[in-house]
Amino acid sequence: MLTGCAFKFGSSISTDQIIPGRFAYLRSNLPELAKHAMEDAGPTFVTRVKEGDFIVAGSNFGLGSSREHAPLVIKMAGVRAILAKSVARIFFRNAINLGLPVLLCDTDSIDDGDELEIDLQAGTIRDVTNSSRLTFSKIPEIMLHILNEGGLLPYLEKYGDFRL
Amino acid sequence: MELGLTVGRTLAEKILSARSGGEARVGDIVIAEVALVFVQDTTGPLTVRQFQAAGFERPAASIKAVLFLDHAAPSPNRELADDHSFLRGFARQTGCFLSDVGDGVCHQIVAESLARPGDLILGTDSHTVTAGGLGAFACGMGSTDGAVALGLGKTWLRVPESIRVVLSGRFSPGVYAKDLIIYLIGRIGADGATYKALEFGGDAVSTMSVPERLTVANMAVEAGAKVGLFPADETTRDYLTAQGRGSDYQSLSPDKSAIYEETIKINLAELEPMVSRPHTVDNTAPARELRGTEIQQVVIGTCTNGRLDDLAVAAKIVEGKRCCSRTRLVVAPASRGVLLAAVEAGYIRTLLEAGAVILPPGCGPCLGLHQGVLGAGESCLSTANRNFRGRMGNPEAFIYLGSPATAAATALKGEIADPREFV
Ligand code: SF4
Repeated sequence: MLTGCAFKFGSSISTDQIIPGRFAYLRSNLPELAKHAMEDAGPTFVTRVKEGDFIVAGSNFGLGSSREHAPLVIKMAGVRAILAKSVARIFFRNAINLGLPVLLCDTDSIDDGDELEIDLQAGTIRDVTNSSRLTFSKIPEIMLHILNEGGLLPYLEKYGDFRL
Repeated sequence: MELGLTVGRTLAEKILSARSGGEARVGDIVIAEVALVFVQDTTGPLTVRQFQAAGFERPAASIKAVLFLDHAAPSPNRELADDHSFLRGFARQTGCFLSDVGDGVCHQIVAESLARPGDLILGTDSHTVTAGGLGAFACGMGSTDGAVALGLGKTWLRVPESIRVVLSGRFSPGVYAKDLIIYLIGRIGADGATYKALEFGGDAVSTMSVPERLTVANMAVEAGAKVGLFPADETTRDYLTAQGRGSDYQSLSPDKSAIYEETIKINLAELEPMVSRPHTVDNTAPARELRGTEIQQVVIGTCTNGRLDDLAVAAKIVEGKRCCSRTRLVVAPASRGVLLAAVEAGYIRTLLEAGAVILPPGCGPCLGLHQGVLGAGESCLSTANRNFRGRMGNPEAFIYLGSPATAAATALKGEIADPREFV
């Protein structure tokens, strides 16, 4: 069971807002890079987010570039899952490969600051603040396996190859 | 031959069937052989670290592996210079091919000398889709996926649903492939093709050059698509032959009875010059409706529109004229080959005489690392593919996207212009 607070964002949050290209010079210095997570989407996010919190967004979260630094800095900031109505394809794969769950659900009822309880195995989200319940949609089985191992590298270490 | 009762295959299904050695149908998850894996200088260092963390020593023998130094090249600061050194060192150790500073943008070089119809290509850059213009299933992925493909020579993919875009008619004067793709993204939205393949077909395709196809395929990802695919036909063959690699050609087209999720019809003759407005690519409008919007910087270049034909169009419009004194014109040819050919054709001289600054081949100011970062409150019209807030290095700047013709006309006027006045 994951518990934490919701940080709410709108739709079409691009990878340029999640980790702006102008910080590319920090990409080999990840602790410094992570200080800029979500900087152009919510400048105070990184100072307020706590270990275990969630990003809750509208549709097409993470559109744009293939930079895996986008889910990486979100994870390094302490976020334990991303909830969104939809997510851009490359971002989706990248997040799962890093062991960061991306849960697709109707996020409209969740407000900024709501306390959430997420049961990944059962596929349910409870909004403790407004006492509502949501379910999230299934992801392809191979992604679930990768996620369950904690990401693509641990998956590969265990199986040595892709398995269908 | 197609059997009467079998359901035909889309281009995506055909290529992924061949690459996975089985029957790959929409929705299937397949493990497929990759022909080419490449990285660039802003995603490459993480790819290499993941490659090493996974315990790989060398790229799989079955693949071509290329490292491109193009996004911040020449390097603007010591940190990125160190990243370049790191990638050069990895190339030396492993025998990966290195495309160094000044060679050009990865996607242009992949199209010029590496991509083959029917290949599965994986790049750690979202615009890897560009090579779909040559009939390659070319797909952008992140660093970890790239690292694993580099080591194993394969990746997993879900066979995507395809949207068929049927093109008819011919472009009117002043209207180009860029206007087509901006129009299409405006019509279906920035997530209109998420997880799907966009497959281009119809009578008009045979009249479109490979560079035009590359421009369209390049921006498929701006509609969320996994891949933007053109058939491989005689035009493709001629393009490859002109590069001295005619033997890389195979013809490729979808079956007539293939099943598409949706069909979109576009008559090229009905299109007009289009612009994407800040801060999303699908926020589109005809250029004529934006006349009067003041522009401080015009950029011609990038993997979308930095090819020879693009520079030719721009040079023709500015020939014998001067850019508006309030507007800087920044030109970055997509590759060394493009720059050389543009020098020989006289386009570079024409652009310089009109007031342009010519940057080295590479990404130029496209992603805000160097060479044309915008000031607060400034507006730019660029031939690039993305106008997200902050994209060109300043979240307080505004980016418009258009064709090279629209860009050149805008540079002359100092405000967004409809290029049909000039052609
Ligand atoms: S030119 Fe721009 S869009 Fe193309 S690869 Fe370079 S940074 Fe990316």
